[in-house]
Amino acid sequence: MRKRSRREMLALGGAALAVAGGPWRAAATPAEAAAEIAKFTGGKPAERGKISIDLPEIAENGNTVPLSIVVESPMSADDHVSDIMVVAEANPRPGLAVFHLTPQSGRAEVATRIRMAATQNIVVVAKTSKGQFFTEQKQVKVTIGGCGG
Amino acid sequence: MAERPRVRLPKEARKGEVIVIKTLIQHDMETGLRKDPAGNTIPRRIINKFTCDFNGKPVFSADLEPAVAANPYLQFNARVDESGTFRFSWFDDDGSVITADEKIVVT
Repeated sequence: MRKRSRREMLALGGAALAVAGGPWRAAATPAEAAAEIAKFTGGKPAERGKISIDLPEIAENGNTVPLSIVVESPMSADDHVSDIMVVAEANPRPGLAVFHLTPQSGRAEVATRIRMAATQNIVVVAKTSKGQFFTEQKQVKVTIGGCGG
Repeated sequence: MAERPRVRLPKEARKGEVIVIKTLIQHDMETGLRKDPAGNTIPRRIINKFTCDFNGKPVFSADLEPAVAANPYLQFNARVDESGTFRFSWFDDDGSVITADEKIVVT
């Protein structure tokens, strides 16, 4: 009886590992993240700067990581940030969210909470109404990933 | 599962003021990557889109992926030039749309 229950325990452990392993095998790579960004920019180069990203340096729980983004912009009718893309380099899928802004947004600031599977870079790309692209990235160390079983 | 949106914004503002809007909706944001104990993949079900309009004009919207945390929280801004109504809409993968309206008085 005792032996059997231990075997069951081992089997359970193995199953749990297999489940947890599932999404990891499918993790995106920085190359896939770059491809996702290229789709957004249409291959145009993005300049570094104008964006500040607020993320914790260490996220103990990858299930909900607070993220806030501020882009310098006058947000006027002819010069405003129109789109902000957020990409994760090591999540099961690179895409995280795309925010669409208008001059009526007033300020190019957005905050949300994200899931992170592992320690990785979060990349933000902002597009302006003039067709310029700006980018910035920040690394977050994740203690417990938030994308799997 | 879904529903019960919460929206926070000022009741009054001055003309031309930029206000902060905070929204939250209860939703599992099931990623489609998890498996149940029997090993079957739990189908994806998330809020895939959020929009905010003011008096019928778009202010802010977001395309969300499964990497947005459960109970999606969004904070953004709006410049208000006149009194009116904000309409917030959350689009679920199952096709349903949850909406909320909030009025603001601009002086």
